[in-house]
Amino acid sequence: MQKVIEKAGKAFLTGNEAAAWAALAAGAEIMFGYPITPQNEIMHYWTRLAPKYGRGFLQTEDEISAGFTVCGAVQAGKKAFTATAGPGNTLMQEPFSMAEAMRLPLVAIIQQRGGPSSGTVIYSQQEVTLTTFGGNGEGHRIVYSTASHQEIYDYVIKAFNTAWKYRFPTFVLGDGYQAKMREPLVMYDPEEKGMEMVKPYPLVGLEGKIGEGREPQHLCNIYSMEEELYEVVMKFAAEYEAIAPEVVEYEEKNCDDAEILILAHGVVSRAADDAVKALRAQGIKAGYFRPITLRPFPGRQLREVIAKSGAKKMLIAESAYGQFDRLVKQEIYGETIPIYNLFMPGVGIIDYDIVNKVKSIL
Amino acid sequence: MGLIKIALAGEGGQGVQSIAEILAEAAYEEQKQAIYIPNFGVEQRGGVSIAFLQVSEERIGAPKFNKADVVIALSKRAVPRTARYSDENTIFVYDSSFTPEEEELPKEAKKIIGLPALDTASRELHPRVFNMIIMGAVIGFTGIVSLGSAKYALEKKLGAKFEKDPKLRELNHKALEIGWNMAQEALKEEVAK
Amino acid sequence: MVLPATPKSWYLPTKPHKFCPGCGHGIVLKALGEAIDELGIQDKTVFGCDIGCSLLSWNFFACDSIQTHHGRTTPVMVGIKRARPELITIGYMGDGGGYSIGSQHLLNAAVRNEKITVILVNNTNYGMTGGQMAPTTLPGQKTETTPYGRDPEITGYPTKGPEFVAALTSDGAYVARGTVSKYKQLKRFIKNALQNQIEGNGFSFVEALSTCPTNWRTNAQQTWSFLEDEMEKYFPVGEFKSPLGKGEK
Repeated sequence: MQKVIEKAGKAFLTGNEAAAWAALAAGAEIMFGYPITPQNEIMHYWTRLAPKYGRGFLQTEDEISAGFTVCGAVQAGKKAFTATAGPGNTLMQEPFSMAEAMRLPLVAIIQQRGGPSSGTVIYSQQEVTLTTFGGNGEGHRIVYSTASHQEIYDYVIKAFNTAWKYRFPTFVLGDGYQAKMREPLVMYDPEEKGMEMVKPYPLVGLEGKIGEGREPQHLCNIYSMEEELYEVVMKFAAEYEAIAPEVVEYEEKNCDDAEILILAHGVVSRAADDAVKALRAQGIKAGYFRPITLRPFPGRQLREVIAKSGAKKMLIAESAYGQFDRLVKQEIYGETIPIYNLFMPGVGIIDYDIVNKVKSIL
Repeated sequence: MGLIKIALAGEGGQGVQSIAEILAEAAYEEQKQAIYIPNFGVEQRGGVSIAFLQVSEERIGAPKFNKADVVIALSKRAVPRTARYSDENTIFVYDSSFTPEEEELPKEAKKIIGLPALDTASRELHPRVFNMIIMGAVIGFTGIVSLGSAKYALEKKLGAKFEKDPKLRELNHKALEIGWNMAQEALKEEVAK
Repeated sequence: MVLPATPKSWYLPTKPHKFCPGCGHGIVLKALGEAIDELGIQDKTVFGCDIGCSLLSWNFFACDSIQTHHGRTTPVMVGIKRARPELITIGYMGDGGGYSIGSQHLLNAAVRNEKITVILVNNTNYGMTGGQMAPTTLPGQKTETTPYGRDPEITGYPTKGPEFVAALTSDGAYVARGTVSKYKQLKRFIKNALQNQIEGNGFSFVEALSTCPTNWRTNAQQTWSFLEDEMEKYFPVGEFKSPLGKGEK
């Protein structure tokens, strides 16, 4: 496959553009998509770049189809992906469920917009529940929540490896701000950097003659017996839990002596990071914890931070009305640290908002 | 240079997004950190368009801000849409081709300036380079980039057009300089008071 | 006892199959199996089945097969074909999956002339879920959700699939309607539809009129009579579009 980035270098791009370049650099072979703001430019850049590198694209009739065509393409053994947002993410929960049930290495980039319903086309963190636990399944998905263009680039590349290595559908959860804003990043070829890219392989359409050296592949998605389904789901759950420790990622700053812990994810963690600096400058011992993987969640690491800091309070800040908060609480069940929250559904959060909130609860 | 926050607003087609994008590009060329984010609604062209631009020597946190160092409103209805980004440290600028409603102007501002950008462009240059005067003025008010870097970024965006019509380059550069001078004069007036 | 010869591409460990006695699916799948054998495409065929009775065909063939979601077989097959054009992809579905819940996929795959083959079994009802009205239920026909007979004033007239697919597709598409009462013709249509994909001409679509005595609550004679006298009258059998030479009516 032709190298996309010959030499690592700085670039000044929108997040959507960074995502398209990263998918190319990761060796994605085909994208299926349907227009929805704020992810459109991922398709726009992909459709301009893909033909130059022999990669494919299909604009499908809707997001349901975009998700299912990705399911088909990965079953045929190609690195395929899609990108969506908001109501499109709602529709894609159906194919995402199939990917969960059949352990398909589907990759999807989600650029969250305001909700519920059509909401706004701008920004939110209101697709956390949907992306982590959507569909009629058990949340056997891997979800990276990015906070910068560098991370969009890094984690889109990583998502393809994660998906093909573990065979759980993998999501890069961005948002409208990250999609549309421009900021600098470094783009590179992952293999030049020493990353080993996991090779895709077909689940159907295998080589060889059936009956003479190979058996037909019958891929199942519906079971006649409840016990059969139980066995499958329990097996997946065990496998998911087994890989979770090596998949989990998080970031932690100033937690050792923190009196108050600030929790945020995605783009809001930038404001949380700045808020901690501002509070420290004012003599308030604040610390910062940010899960990068929302699924699996770094629950053990968060408990350790709570224990080692001896913090008296915890603040959860998010651009949603408690979706991240619920995720955190279920992971640290039994901890007694009082939890406060700053819920700003569908609007941006800046350091000033967090600093004020912290001061009001101390 | 610390963090500088700029909000630019105008009617679709007035070029506020282009100004912000070129300035962000220029800052990036100067090895500064820059974040530009368009405020996008469901409209493609109609309605007020706002661009949020932040430039700093250090890593920038949140992509949006609630108070700007400079707010520029290029149309009458952009004034009430942007007044909220002004506080006692903000220079609030509007184009003097219209008269803003008194009650729509920000309650708090370091200074409110009516800039004759459109008028000057129409009289001395060409109405099309109105937004270059504005870009020059933004640089004049904030010093986020040098005029040279702005010209370089402009070249990257419009170089092909300039090659075909070198007069266009001259016109744009002149507009930039006029805008820069306007801002300098406006700031001096403040000192004089 | 001598059993009739089974197609080579059938997967014998799953036989006898699980369809109800008198169901037409077995006949359609036999025609499909023989067509696959004669074209020699067993090793490169990917068979995708919808949810509904068509699901019972999942491990019917000794071909790579995938179960999908109700109505979503078409996009899954499109994804496979777009990713690996050398494979032969067959979407197998019922009238509910193709004409109702998955109609937008069928319609758009037809418009794009996707080089896949769709075989749709029309038995005028939702069989697996217990015999509800389907898009193809005939006027006056009683089902679980039209206990007094389908009233076209309320639910419209039956969907004529090959007619709409033929209208939407462009050159290269193959569109036909066969019936399990005319096996040789049905098999020829299915074989043509596969041949059309092999040649990469365009979208290939065959609707097969079929029987459902369980939900129709008919005996053998009534079953056959409903198929031949009622259904075939409403749903004309023949080729609607064929790039493989002159169409057959």
